[in-house]
Amino acid sequence: MNPQPPGTTQPPAPEPALRISDLSFGYPGQPPIFADFALEVPEGSRFGLFGPNGAGKTTLMQLITGLLTPSRGDIRIFGQPVVRGERRVNKLFGFVPQDLSFYEELSPVENLAFFGAWSGLDHATIRRRTDELLVILGLKDVRDKKVAQFSGGMKRRVNLAIGVIHRPRLLFLDEPTVGVDVQTRAAIIRYLKDLNSEGMTLIYTSHQLGEAESLCDRVALIDQGRIVAQDALDALLAAHLSSGLEGLFLQLTGKAYRDIDV
Amino acid sequence: MFKLSATISKDVRVLLRDRIGLIFMFGMPILLVLIVTSIQNSTFELVGKSKVSLLICNRDTGGASREFILAVDTIGFFQLVPAPAGAASLSGAAAADLIHERIRHKDALLGLVIPADFSARIAARAKSVTGKVQASFGLDSTMNAPDSQDSLPVSLYYDPVLQESFRRSAEGALYSALQLVESKQILRTLYYALNEKALPDSLERQLLNNRTRIDELPAVSRKDNRDLPNATQHNIPSWTIFAMFFVVLSLGSGIVREKRNGSFIRLKTLPTSYAVAIFSKQLTYLVVTLAQAVVIFALGAWLFPVIGLPPLHFPGDWAALIVVTLLCGWCAVSYAICIGVFAQTEEQANGFGAVSIVILAAVGGLMVPSFAMPGSFHLAMSLSPLHWCLEAYYGLFLEGGSLKDVWANILSLFLIIAALQGLSFWGLKRKNLI
Repeated sequence: MNPQPPGTTQPPAPEPALRISDLSFGYPGQPPIFADFALEVPEGSRFGLFGPNGAGKTTLMQLITGLLTPSRGDIRIFGQPVVRGERRVNKLFGFVPQDLSFYEELSPVENLAFFGAWSGLDHATIRRRTDELLVILGLKDVRDKKVAQFSGGMKRRVNLAIGVIHRPRLLFLDEPTVGVDVQTRAAIIRYLKDLNSEGMTLIYTSHQLGEAESLCDRVALIDQGRIVAQDALDALLAAHLSSGLEGLFLQLTGKAYRDIDV
Repeated sequence: MFKLSATISKDVRVLLRDRIGLIFMFGMPILLVLIVTSIQNSTFELVGKSKVSLLICNRDTGGASREFILAVDTIGFFQLVPAPAGAASLSGAAAADLIHERIRHKDALLGLVIPADFSARIAARAKSVTGKVQASFGLDSTMNAPDSQDSLPVSLYYDPVLQESFRRSAEGALYSALQLVESKQILRTLYYALNEKALPDSLERQLLNNRTRIDELPAVSRKDNRDLPNATQHNIPSWTIFAMFFVVLSLGSGIVREKRNGSFIRLKTLPTSYAVAIFSKQLTYLVVTLAQAVVIFALGAWLFPVIGLPPLHFPGDWAALIVVTLLCGWCAVSYAICIGVFAQTEEQANGFGAVSIVILAAVGGLMVPSFAMPGSFHLAMSLSPLHWCLEAYYGLFLEGGSLKDVWANILSLFLIIAALQGLSFWGLKRKNLI
């Protein structure tokens, strides 16, 4: 290792796409879901976040995107703190929720125009990005039709297009391919890889572990509000002598049902 | 600004594609205003212009009863329905049965039976009064008649559908005709007793037709507005306000729908405050309420005369009309947003929204005149935004007022709007939506 030449300073280490430290959170009147939780996602990675039902994935996603406020701790996206009501950091990320999150009465073009404006884009950029996205996601021929008339797979693609219209540096994907056919799933995964190759960091949750294996280069398994394993996918499989993510998942989280108390 | 214009564009598109919502906001109020005005107009005309059908069964053959019928006809309040041939010779009970039967068959709303001794009783009363007058003047009485009975010797039958106030009006008109006939008979008898010749017609007319004329004017008329209130002037403002507040079914449930579907989650993660969405909805639906007012006012002004209803007369102060309409619309939109912010489901927003508007309209005087409300309702009335909207509109449409005449209503509306907006802001803050 070369010593640092005198008179020069080391460039600061690049900020990770996501850094969570000392995070604690619990819903009022219930035991805490997270206590001193920490997680770091390097920029440019395709990060998979997995866990059984009730593990805290959705809550974590809501904390990261500012939909919930932690009782303690710090969440930063590219070094900028996530503070509720402070919306500058929201420009840095995109979000593709599991629920179809758009107006079914509107066409893809109209939805993208509205969400593009709310993402901070100007009119010309929205038009250009809309044209690009509709071609890439195979929606060009139905650009002016009401989304309510679309198939499930087409709606998923509209959902994805809205999440990436402002080309965020970090994209959160919550079950982006649930309920779609094999062709649509393959197209979405291909497009996500393309986005990642252009520098976009992906944080992805899903129960489709086969799909996750083909997309993610790093994974974290969380259970009961804590990380039970985290590493590059290959290293994790090797360390636990597992041939696949599903086997590893069951090995680390058990086979019991994870029903919530009702 | 671009975010706001994009949001307005989205809201307008969503609104225009909500056909059920449009029917609720435009179709239903138009239908309501047409139906209610038509019905109420016939009531106004019944009281004001049309004559009430009156079937008279005259069992008397004397001159007083003929004069009484003539006096009743001259009042102009009644349309006389002739009794069937032979009715005059019926007994009292048979005449009553005949009137009952005819009223049941809707041949007339009122029926009058003049007893067989009507003229004789009138003459007897005239003689009795004349004798007393002569005695009081110290003259020898030439009239020696016993005191007549005090009870009215006619029977008035009515259709039970007639309201009491209306019956009282008819009764008053008949008393007036009776009074005329009795006075005439007394005058003639007294004149004859004093002069031993008949009362000249010219003197009789002078003595009996010297009534002071009543000039009927709306008590609150301003700017020489002498238009009498009619069903159109009453109903157009009322149902315009009702229509405006019915935007709750589109706007209130639209906010709930947006909150409950996935789009809201995404909106909250975008670098734009939800206040932009609320502001856009306010502007969009304010334009909707103005469009509702324009459509309903236009119907009143141009369609109503074509279908035989009184035309709507606009107030002279157009600026005041615009200001009041804007405030009514803003108040309606504020109310709808408040419901949308606090309702958890579309069913809650629609159910509570619709029912609460009907209640607020009822206590606000849209359905029952505010002066007819019991005292215990006055507080509720003053809390109803629809009441202040109606008072402001009535100040312009019925009283011919200007902006300075309705400023108190405008101030009340402002306070209610401020309260509704404040409540919505607090609700949005509490839910961390803005």
